[in-house]
Amino acid sequence: MSATLLSLRDLSLEFSLFGRRAYVLNRVSLDVPEARHVALVGESGCGKSVTMRAIMGLLRSPPARITGGEILFDGRDLLTMSAPEREALRGVAMSMVFQDPMTSLNPVFSVGDQMGSILKYADRRLGRARSKAERMTRVYEVLRQVRMPDPERIALAYPFMLSGGMRQRVLIAMALLNETRLLIADEPGTALDVTTQAQILKLLQDLVAERHLALLMITHNLGVVRASANYVYVMYAGSVVEHGPTAALFANPRHPYTRALIDCVPKLSGRTTFRGIEGTLPDYAAPPPGCRFAPRCPHATSVCATPPPDLAVGGAHGVSCWLEAEKAA
Amino acid sequence: MSAPPLLEVIGLSKNFRARGAFGQRAGEVKAVRGVSFAIASGEVFGLAGESGSGKSTIARMILGLTAPSAGAIMIEGVEASPGASRARAIQMVFQNPGSSLNPRRSIGQSIAVPLEAARRRRVAVAARVDELLKMVQLPADFAERYPHELSGGQKQRVAIARALAAEPRLILLDEPTSALDVSVQAKIIELLQELGRTLGLTFLFISHDLSLMRNFASRVGVLYLGQIAEIGETTALFASPAHPYTRSLLASVPVITAEEEAMRPNVPIIEGEVPSPANLPAGCSFHTRCPNVFAPCDAIDPDFTVIAADHRARCHLLRPEADTTLPR
Repeated sequence: MSATLLSLRDLSLEFSLFGRRAYVLNRVSLDVPEARHVALVGESGCGKSVTMRAIMGLLRSPPARITGGEILFDGRDLLTMSAPEREALRGVAMSMVFQDPMTSLNPVFSVGDQMGSILKYADRRLGRARSKAERMTRVYEVLRQVRMPDPERIALAYPFMLSGGMRQRVLIAMALLNETRLLIADEPGTALDVTTQAQILKLLQDLVAERHLALLMITHNLGVVRASANYVYVMYAGSVVEHGPTAALFANPRHPYTRALIDCVPKLSGRTTFRGIEGTLPDYAAPPPGCRFAPRCPHATSVCATPPPDLAVGGAHGVSCWLEAEKAA
Repeated sequence: MSAPPLLEVIGLSKNFRARGAFGQRAGEVKAVRGVSFAIASGEVFGLAGESGSGKSTIARMILGLTAPSAGAIMIEGVEASPGASRARAIQMVFQNPGSSLNPRRSIGQSIAVPLEAARRRRVAVAARVDELLKMVQLPADFAERYPHELSGGQKQRVAIARALAAEPRLILLDEPTSALDVSVQAKIIELLQELGRTLGLTFLFISHDLSLMRNFASRVGVLYLGQIAEIGETTALFASPAHPYTRSLLASVPVITAEEEAMRPNVPIIEGEVPSPANLPAGCSFHTRCPNVFAPCDAIDPDFTVIAADHRARCHLLRPEADTTLPR
């Protein structure tokens, strides 16, 4: 087993806005080891982007406030670190690939200029001296790593000259420019066509293997998770409800939410009966006291008003549900 | 003789004039090229394709929002005339419910627009709005609410109610669920299936999501760069895709069960991206990405080969005289 690079321990986070408090993250724990591809999957509004922003330190505080837990990077808690220390990690040892390849690039600078300035900024922060030519050599090298043909020509191109798939590759290249050990990818490839998306997922998989990257992928697409991740965390209303190795979790989903979600996905083999999940996400200002899925759960009982335990159900597969506790008892 | 199909499009084409950065003419974009298909009454016909394949342009031409460059659109065997009569026969549900509803009109006002256009009396309009909200399973008091108060799924229900208001024969669904979560998508598709059954509606369903297509459409046309590459009954087309493009497309769909994985064609991921419709490849437009390319592909654009009663594909490989050993 490889070393755990990123570890969230019981992370709780709330937002205060106009005197109202929204209790968004509810004791979230997750681990991202080196050379592993971990997925955090959930529907819109479940808190996956907030989790990612909390890890990167991109949430403005106030309104956001971390009320408990820790975010360990290589064993050190990011939350107790000084601002300059954290700044030295962000964009260097930990980088992000943003969702929309159309809007994340600056339209008025060439790809090479934008990539070069990332290196220049990192060099200045870390007190390194590098000439422009040396920086551009690194830019070409990384563009080649993301399988871009003819890097010298791509570096001179402006974003509008590139296709969606190429822009996504440029964004990945930007995240890899420095000595990145943790890559956080927000919905990689979802803005692209399936054939291009398949190419991007293959690239990410190769990078994890070649560079021993720890990859945390945030997505709403279960198919993408199954096709590429080693390990999955399923999130609902700010809590991790189930987690496990990809194959085990898809073969034997245990949490009622995971099961309902899998049922909702249309199957290529046909015979999907469309039912959906009754109800809507709870109000984060007054979330259910125990299991946050209980109000929509067909199996809910009175015990669900107390927080469910995280139970191991074989191997590294875990579920937060009272149903499993009853089965075990 | 059997009744003519509800909708038939014959040789539909659309060319857009492309302009350069300074407004000068810069050639033509062939967005749709000779597309023909027919939809029987009560059927769900799907058009699948990646971005730039011409799906939305076809929908706009059928609605009468864009004039075709060539070809005919027939409704029940009669050439469709532009204007109000076509609008009553065909309605559309757009992709993004957030931007297809007017934020300054209440839900009731939005649904009433087609009714007022049909010059219904005001009392009748209010009663019909209630009835339509009930059909899409929304409470009657939603008529007083505004779009910003509604969730994405609720807004899409309103858009469906508005499309139903004019009592159309055909509803065009342009990616109606692609902006929604899967659990909400499932509820919208369930609603559409039920409305289709109870009201005897006919749907033209446009989507890039092949798994959804498989479960909703009874017949499918697969578009590539403005042409239908393959067309047929959904079950036959998904079980034995004949065109190399359909096979590659199916192979790249992310799936979640072992059963689906087993039925996915085992072909390598296609390289590269869709070429620009402004600069189409010569011959078969897929030959630049096709794994099976051989002698005639880069010179001759293949015509349809009939594979089964209602299953056709446009590929040289399927022609009986095809000799794949010929060098290119």
